Amino acid sequence: MIATPRPSRNQSRSVLLNASGICKHFGDFTANDDVSFSIGEGEIHALLGENGAGKSTFVKMVYGLLQPDSGQIEWRGQPTVIRSPQHARELGIGMVFQHFSLFQALTVAENIALALPPGESLADLADRVRRMSAEYGIGVDPDARVHNLSVGQQQRVEIVRCLLQDPSLLIMDEPTSVLTPQETGQLFDVLRRFSEAGVAILFISHKLEEIRALTERATVLRRGRNVGTVDTAGQSSKQLAEMMVGDSVGDIAGQARPDGQTTALLEVASLVRPAGTAFATPLRQISFAARAGEVLGIAGIAGNGQDELMEALIGEWRGRDADVIRIDGVDITREGPSRRRQLGLGFVPEERNGHAAVPNMTLADNALLTSHSLGRVVTRGLVDADATRAMAAEVAGAFDVRLPQENPMASALSGGNLQKFVVGREISKRPRVFIVSQPTWGVDVGAALSIRTAILDLAASGSAVVMISQDLEEIFTISHRVAVLYDGALSEAMVTADVTPERLGLLMGGSAAAAGLAAEAQA
Amino acid sequence: MISLTPRKEIPLTLTLMTPLVAIALTLVVGAAIFGILGYDPLAALYQFFIAPVSRPDQVADLFVKACPLIIIASGLVFAYRANVWNIGAEGQLILGAMAAGFVALTWPNLPGPVMMPAMIIAGMLGGLAWGMIPALLKTRFNTNEILVSLMLTYVAVLFIDWTVRGPWRDPMSFGFPLTPMYADAALISRVELPGIGRLGQLHWGVAGALIFALAAWFMLSRSILGFQVKVMGDAPRAGRFAGFSPAMVTIMVMGISGGAAGLAGMVEVSANIGQLQPDISFGYGFTAIIVAFLARLNPLAVIIAGLVVALAELGGDSAQIALAMPKVVTGVFKGILLFMLLAGETFNRYHVTFSLPHRARMQGDSDA
Amino acid sequence: MLEDLILTVLMTSVPLVYAATGELIVERSGVLNLGVEGMMLMGAVSAFGIAMVSGSLVLGVIAGGLAGMLTAALFGILVLGFATNQVATGLALTIFGAGLSGLLGAPLIGHAIEGLPVLRIPFLSELPTVGKLVFSHDLMAYGAVILVAAVAYFLKRTRAGLVLRAIGDNHDSAHALGYSVLGVRFMAVLFGGLMAGFGGAYLPLMLTPHWAEGMTAGRGWIALALVVFASWMPWRVLVGALIFGGITIMQLAGQARGWTIPSQFLSMLPYLATIVVLVLISRNREFSLANSPACLGRAFHAGK
Repeated sequence: MIATPRPSRNQSRSVLLNASGICKHFGDFTANDDVSFSIGEGEIHALLGENGAGKSTFVKMVYGLLQPDSGQIEWRGQPTVIRSPQHARELGIGMVFQHFSLFQALTVAENIALALPPGESLADLADRVRRMSAEYGIGVDPDARVHNLSVGQQQRVEIVRCLLQDPSLLIMDEPTSVLTPQETGQLFDVLRRFSEAGVAILFISHKLEEIRALTERATVLRRGRNVGTVDTAGQSSKQLAEMMVGDSVGDIAGQARPDGQTTALLEVASLVRPAGTAFATPLRQISFAARAGEVLGIAGIAGNGQDELMEALIGEWRGRDADVIRIDGVDITREGPSRRRQLGLGFVPEERNGHAAVPNMTLADNALLTSHSLGRVVTRGLVDADATRAMAAEVAGAFDVRLPQENPMASALSGGNLQKFVVGREISKRPRVFIVSQPTWGVDVGAALSIRTAILDLAASGSAVVMISQDLEEIFTISHRVAVLYDGALSEAMVTADVTPERLGLLMGGSAAAAGLAAEAQA
Repeated sequence: MISLTPRKEIPLTLTLMTPLVAIALTLVVGAAIFGILGYDPLAALYQFFIAPVSRPDQVADLFVKACPLIIIASGLVFAYRANVWNIGAEGQLILGAMAAGFVALTWPNLPGPVMMPAMIIAGMLGGLAWGMIPALLKTRFNTNEILVSLMLTYVAVLFIDWTVRGPWRDPMSFGFPLTPMYADAALISRVELPGIGRLGQLHWGVAGALIFALAAWFMLSRSILGFQVKVMGDAPRAGRFAGFSPAMVTIMVMGISGGAAGLAGMVEVSANIGQLQPDISFGYGFTAIIVAFLARLNPLAVIIAGLVVALAELGGDSAQIALAMPKVVTGVFKGILLFMLLAGETFNRYHVTFSLPHRARMQGDSDA
Repeated sequence: MLEDLILTVLMTSVPLVYAATGELIVERSGVLNLGVEGMMLMGAVSAFGIAMVSGSLVLGVIAGGLAGMLTAALFGILVLGFATNQVATGLALTIFGAGLSGLLGAPLIGHAIEGLPVLRIPFLSELPTVGKLVFSHDLMAYGAVILVAAVAYFLKRTRAGLVLRAIGDNHDSAHALGYSVLGVRFMAVLFGGLMAGFGGAYLPLMLTPHWAEGMTAGRGWIALALVVFASWMPWRVLVGALIFGGITIMQLAGQARGWTIPSQFLSMLPYLATIVVLVLISRNREFSLANSPACLGRAFHAGK
């Protein structure tokens, strides 16, 4: 599987970092098992793998945040113990994190100063930031407070922060997950310029097309082990996906399109929500209807109002106007989550731990979480513990939730199993309207398949499903219609089969006009 | 260096052992401190923990001492489980005692069957009202309930001080800051044990305290209300998702803990003092916080924890008399006990490993 | 008369400034130490004992600071090393400090010592009014102002101060950058203890020349309130301490002049004022977001 490097660019290149036989355990869990990896100067090299494959653990060791249990790292040919992130930076290794490591209360310049060796005054640093920002066309104001910046701007601060350290290796942990396709393109241009200047880039992703577009080689990890290192130019996305996933990628067989216009079960009309904090996205005049028998996908890049919309649909946030949200024609705008559940809604929010489920409680208690208002398990204020336990066991059985013991704590379940549980918990109530956000986020392929099948089955039985997802593949696989959420506003819903990924990408990037043109061209 | 790795499961034996080990270590450390300060450690421990309970009537008095602690701690458990940090139980106790005292002093001729329930309700309402201030400020303005409830304790102390020196003072008290004595109907009577008669100061309030703790346990473990409290404390966002209101839970647990403290104030005055005076509590509201933690926030365990801490309190008295130690020394025991318990909690939740710092680094601080 | 009154207000404020400025640093690093009262008491008793035995007030002050720091170290080990609940541990520290100081101080009750030598600045201190008010205090009073200035400079202008603020704002990010979150926090906790110890030392050495059990009388809690009152800004601590000190003295003066307001109600004022300020600060969400340490009270341990 080991590909020969492309001769044209690799002949003169010396190996910058070479890791061999890296192992890392957390208790019983083996995160990295004999991982080997090598990157040359100026090379753009992808580290590819599913969530939980051990990518983050590996780069944390390269960046000095974790120490390997065994194995060796060579830096420029010398065996090196990378003791700490500071040591890594001294060596010339910089990292841009997936979740930004910026300090919200501090200014951009202060944030950058914290990552640089001491000695330079903040004023001098601010000047350097301005110069670099101009040179690369990045547009970063050193005096701004970070909590006033958009997500994209914050990422640029992160990148500038790394560049000022003059790194020879730049690690980027899923940098595009928060960017629009257009912003991604700009980022790639910048990265290619660094590469030409001799900076090696270790690019972590699970987006195959991106990897093929940007990188020369990819090292694939699966369950903590090397699958292989390949020349990306010689691989199709499907081949890369197979290496990443193991089995051939499953597909959900032909989704039935709901026949014609069925009745709208959930109607949302001009939902407006002001931004609660400086970090939140306001919702602007959101209107849509979810019909019986369909899955309505809501696509969009993270941070465009998904959380705010979900909270409004669940009833965690409630507006004051009447008739904004209706189920079966009944106005529920001012009703809380319990009443909404009684009327036949079911919800699965994006975050499993601490939102959809309480990690430190048993599955029985977690079953009670969304059924206490439904009358069966609570009588005169007292909880029927046997009933909740039976309910949890039933969900676990029906949705193939693997339990380490009887009625375990939610925290004892793996991510995928817990996700199956929280989805199953709602679907088993056969909700008339099922609203789910990121149903398969961070879930292995098998679990994702069964969750998607369950969602489609529910829709087929006559319920309406609203699925908020940032995963385009997911949207295209199981939604019948799709609308795009951008900056708190929702586009018209379109029949998924008639929409191209390009048009969706443009809508997700806020280019509604361009998307319109694309649609015309298509027609 | 200490490094912590979360445990996947907490072994039951560990859960049960923690308080016992903590108590044992507290005794060892306490003895060591006494030794260092020149007291005979064994004599001190004897005076502290054996002498106060060497006769049956003394055991009864231990229950009397534990009575307010058990009531208050049973209420505090709700607040702490919900992650609401009411540390103003002392003030709520005072206001409860004052509200009950108001009933007793304003209508001294009420018959017993009316007086007692009226005082109990007034006491609970008084504490509840005082607890509502931090609760409402928190839910309305997001103020920190720790600081507000604490500040209100000082206000309450000054308020009762003014009341018993001013408007409520007994004209016959020769200038002492005391209200008139309560009528008999307003006093909680002593328990008459069959064949034995009275035992120490044992009064019916103790039975009430035990029932109160049991009721609290039942409510917390079996009712949907208790479930709400636990969910809100563990994962507030999941609580909102479940349809529970954070504001309602905050108000509820402040009400329960404030009401419990108020009840304790009423019981304490009616059973042991018989009138209002500037000092009606000896820091019960603060000591009960330790009791709640010692019980690991379980109302059933509160009964045992209350007795243990009450023993340390009585031990302080006994050591004061026998060894001429200052009474506050009991705080040394209480403090160490709480330290041990909190550290023990960590051993419960994590695998704790100690290692020598290999080249202790203090990055970022080196240039300070 | 008025001059004396103002002098008393200033003196009453000094221990509050020390303790609150120390706690400000602790809270800026993201740690809430509710044990200020206990640390102050330990500082007070140690300062008094050492000063009495050695006859040196300077040694007394140093001993007070060290005692406060040792007490704080106990808190730091538990809260940082063992990741214990900060609220409960802080409370335990107060109870423990009150008890141990009482035990240590039992033999000291009934003794008295002289105050710190007043640093008189030649000529200036002889000026009428201004001389008395500005230039004739004890060393520790000047120290308090210098402390506030130094802490303000430290936080705003030094890199170490920046690191401290960063750790209070986002300990995970600070850890990711390689800063030692627990190390810096431990230093901050020790500094807080040192300052609380100094504040405590001021009481028996300067304000009242004797030791009494629980002589801090809630000043530790007032100091905690002051930090919030000052919205975590050093100069505001100084202003707040003067206001709080002023209210305390006003009540004494009022009593002397036979005001009709009962003294208890005047005594309530600092506590009520703190509640009012808390409400004013807290209701402004934007303000508290930008100014209060986001990680305050949250335990940190470097997991995977």
